[in-house]
Amino acid sequence: MEPLTSKRKVIESKPLNFLERAYLPAILSGLRITGKHFFRKSVTIRYPEQKREFSENFRGMHSLKRDEEGRERCTACGLCALSCPAEAITMIAAERQPGEEHLYREEKYAAVYEINMLRCIFCGLCEEACPKEAIYLDGDIVPSNYLRKDFIYGKDKLVEEPLNQ
Amino acid sequence: MELALIGFVGEKFILVGIIFGISLVVAMYSTYAERKVAAFFQDRVGPNRAGPLGILQPLADGAKMFMKEEIIPTRASSLLFIVGPSLAIMTACIGSAVIPWGQPVIIGSDYFDLQVADINVGVLYIFGVVSLGVYGVMIGGWASNNKYSLLGAIRAASQNISYEIAMGLSIIALLMVTGTLSLREIVEQQHGFWHHGYFTWNFFRQPLGFLLFIVCAFAETNRTPFDLPECETELVGGYHTEYSSMKLGFYLFSEYINMFVSSAVMSTLYFGGYNYPGMDYVNATLGGTWGPLVGVGVLFAKIVFFIFFFMWVRWTIPRFRYDQLMDLGWKILIPLAIANIVLTGLFSTFFK
Repeated sequence: MEPLTSKRKVIESKPLNFLERAYLPAILSGLRITGKHFFRKSVTIRYPEQKREFSENFRGMHSLKRDEEGRERCTACGLCALSCPAEAITMIAAERQPGEEHLYREEKYAAVYEINMLRCIFCGLCEEACPKEAIYLDGDIVPSNYLRKDFIYGKDKLVEEPLNQ
Repeated sequence: MELALIGFVGEKFILVGIIFGISLVVAMYSTYAERKVAAFFQDRVGPNRAGPLGILQPLADGAKMFMKEEIIPTRASSLLFIVGPSLAIMTACIGSAVIPWGQPVIIGSDYFDLQVADINVGVLYIFGVVSLGVYGVMIGGWASNNKYSLLGAIRAASQNISYEIAMGLSIIALLMVTGTLSLREIVEQQHGFWHHGYFTWNFFRQPLGFLLFIVCAFAETNRTPFDLPECETELVGGYHTEYSSMKLGFYLFSEYINMFVSSAVMSTLYFGGYNYPGMDYVNATLGGTWGPLVGVGVLFAKIVFFIFFFMWVRWTIPRFRYDQLMDLGWKILIPLAIANIVLTGLFSTFFK
């Protein structure tokens, strides 16, 4: 058949000489390469102790924010749960009682707020949907666990620490 | 008379115990070193969690091996299934008996010979033990009653037989130079480093022979690139597919002990054993007790270097194909070994 292009290269493969058939030159050059690598600094990061720096827009574990007076910002409107494509968020709302004004900023608050970390895809839509700036994915990587039920994070793990502590 | 005999036997027992312990510890830490060295060659860190720098990793591995469930397949030959790994580890261990670990140590007025048995056919003994070593693999693979194990065993047998020839031929050239089969005498001939205007170490008299010997040593210990008997990609696990728990551990262990012993043999035959430049001066300065022990340290340094080299090659070269293995053995190594014998003969006839 006629060649389709003029770009072609005839490859000559010379028969190997005796040394090459004994693999010696190839082995020596291989040993040189690995020998160089032996003295190279390892690229490993010793993970739990050392951490690579996250990028600015890294999305990790969620945290429920408090306002400047230390009150929970979340008003349990449910927009985060609605926006969540993975349906990872559930909440039960409750009404703020008199005397709880120092705990919750709005008149309604989330009595139960749960995120299933196995369902969550860390897309950040909840953070964008939130009208009260109450939820941010600014945490760390979600740690591993043995049981599925332990991946459902409640308020105890999600809400930020109070201010003066 | 009887007391002397008891003393002699006791001394040898102690020496055997020490050597046995040392080879087990060296083999144990070879597994750790293997993983560490592999890591360094691949720009990684390697095991570093068990103890400082992962130094307790072999203990953890050993404990794991002992704790695992022991499975003997119902269709396997139950006696031979146990004989296989026992034989493998036994033959691996007895090879160290004829290696001279150092010059005799003088404590007070007593001599302590740092060699279990100074037999006048030491090299032949090593060869016998090495060729026995393949039986452990063969019997284990055959007794498993598993086609992959059997294929691995067959490969091990044919590989060892092919490479033993080249190994023997490369040794013949060495024996033409040394004129003795006793390892003690071979080492004594390599005393020091420089004598009569030439190196005393046999490596400088038999460079080609050493090259052949080290290649064959790789093949005999079933190390990469000659680890076809345990080729995972083709044979699941090779001859130890069916093995679990400490029986598997013994197989893996025997490989490392083999590596240790063959490193010791290579250092002894070609790199002067416990000899090193300036040893007479050191011996005269340190006296009869510590001088020889420095020599023992030097021998171990050489052994460690060879073990490192084994690992270096393992993490560099991919496994040979079966036909390449046979080609290398029969068409390259054996002709080279024969040529080496002829050259050595010519050289020692006409130039000395």
